Amino acid sequence: MINLNEVLETNKMIEKENLDVRTITLGISLLDCISDSLQKLNENIYAKITETAKNLISAGCQIEKEYAIPIVNKRISVTPIALIGASACKTPEDFVTIAKTLDRAAQKVGVNFIGGYSALPSKGMTKAEKDLILSLPEALSSTERICSSVNLASTKTGINMDAVALMGKVIKKIAEATKDRDSFGCSKLVVFCNAPDDNPFMAGAFHGVTEGDTVINVGVSGPGVIRSALEEIKDADFTTLCETIKKTAFKVTRLGQLVAIEASRLLNIPFGIVDLSLAPTPIVGDSIAEILECMGLEKAGAPGTTAALAILNDQVKKGGIMASSSVGGLSGAFIPVSEDHGMIDAAACGALTLEKLEAMTCVCSVGLDMVAVPGKTSASTVSGIIADEMAIGMVNQKTTAVRIIPVVGKDVGDTAEFGGLFGRCPIMRVNPFSCDAFIARGGRIPAPIHSFKN
Amino acid sequence: MKKSIITVVGKDQIGIIAKVCSYLSESRINILDISQTIVGGYFNMMMIVDLNESQKNFLQISDGLEALGKSIGCIIKIQMEDIFNEMQRL
Repeated sequence: MINLNEVLETNKMIEKENLDVRTITLGISLLDCISDSLQKLNENIYAKITETAKNLISAGCQIEKEYAIPIVNKRISVTPIALIGASACKTPEDFVTIAKTLDRAAQKVGVNFIGGYSALPSKGMTKAEKDLILSLPEALSSTERICSSVNLASTKTGINMDAVALMGKVIKKIAEATKDRDSFGCSKLVVFCNAPDDNPFMAGAFHGVTEGDTVINVGVSGPGVIRSALEEIKDADFTTLCETIKKTAFKVTRLGQLVAIEASRLLNIPFGIVDLSLAPTPIVGDSIAEILECMGLEKAGAPGTTAALAILNDQVKKGGIMASSSVGGLSGAFIPVSEDHGMIDAAACGALTLEKLEAMTCVCSVGLDMVAVPGKTSASTVSGIIADEMAIGMVNQKTTAVRIIPVVGKDVGDTAEFGGLFGRCPIMRVNPFSCDAFIARGGRIPAPIHSFKN
Repeated sequence: MKKSIITVVGKDQIGIIAKVCSYLSESRINILDISQTIVGGYFNMMMIVDLNESQKNFLQISDGLEALGKSIGCIIKIQMEDIFNEMQRL
């Protein structure tokens, strides 16, 4: 039988160490909404989302009460809109009407974000995909709740450098279109290599075409819990360190699995996956950087950071895999700069640079996340940064991503303020040397060899 | 109905258990197990309860206990037992 100490430990994690369920994300396939009439398509999308997700918020609130566990976000992901709108949309403006419909549907059911305003041009790009990408400045600046993602590369197909070049330009335009809010629009767009079909976390969530009609995916979070466990073993060796992270990750994942199964039962929607990612928030005590510092680094970004992050990421997976047979999504430690107060501090004091962050992305999910750079950064430099990150994902057969914000009117030394879970970010220095000619080549970087691994 | 866990945390004082138990009795909630400890002057209690006979639903009981907690200066929570079984047992 459960004893008092176990109950107190669990409740301490929730009350003092910010253990929570970061998101219940309801994936909805919109494939059956497709029509060649734009008006009909928009009606179908609105009707399907508002009907399928009508009980999402109430179910989430019921689970919060039953287990006294906060569920921070209830969200929706849909089939990539570039596929859904391909038949009806002839121009970027047509796609914007779908963005507005999604926004209205999200507002109606009460979710704060809806993901899937997405395109998957990892090898070639259809006209519809190009139109959707071109619609992003208008779509992200004229809606509140839309999140967008673009899969630019994969280990199997290589890197679509035409799409990489285009995204550099589009990210600059989104920054310009939302310059009155520190180019906030860019924080709702992520570009991927090897994007997963079942990721519950924004901004990269979409409901892949390999998924069923509807699915419940859950993302847990518990950086504070891991840090607290590590504080109790300050001088222990690496074996003990790893064992402690693993055991704690097990508990955190079990919670996610419980919530996912309960949400699935209440909504009568199949349970998909638990995403093991450790997702930080700007709150003190909910930070990945704090875990790294607890392992013995003065600041995140110091020599040893990549090794420390590799340990963390691997042990979280090992504990999580034991706890749930349905693990998916991104599953790793997130290192968004603006959403983690320890990372913000590290970037502000110069301990953490863009180059070090890039190295860290080799051993964790997801990539250069919520990174603010000077507004004067050129489109081709943004594309170059994206290409580097895509290459890391492609060669290492992992998901990588870039969510970069060239903040209009700000430069190194300034800080961009995004508010809420998006936090704030010191503008980080970008290598000033040009990659214009490299990006201007166009075409595709072929897939890497899958043998002779050295 | 699955079993639930009630926790009461607050500054130690006379009558905490009595008041909580009166509420449970009025609500026809059966207590299966009680354990209690005092750490640094703070009262920590856990009860395992069965809500099967209760005329109230989980949310009503949860709200009722929260209100009772406020009136006696404690934090009272009720949670379904699964969360502890899942997190604390293989």
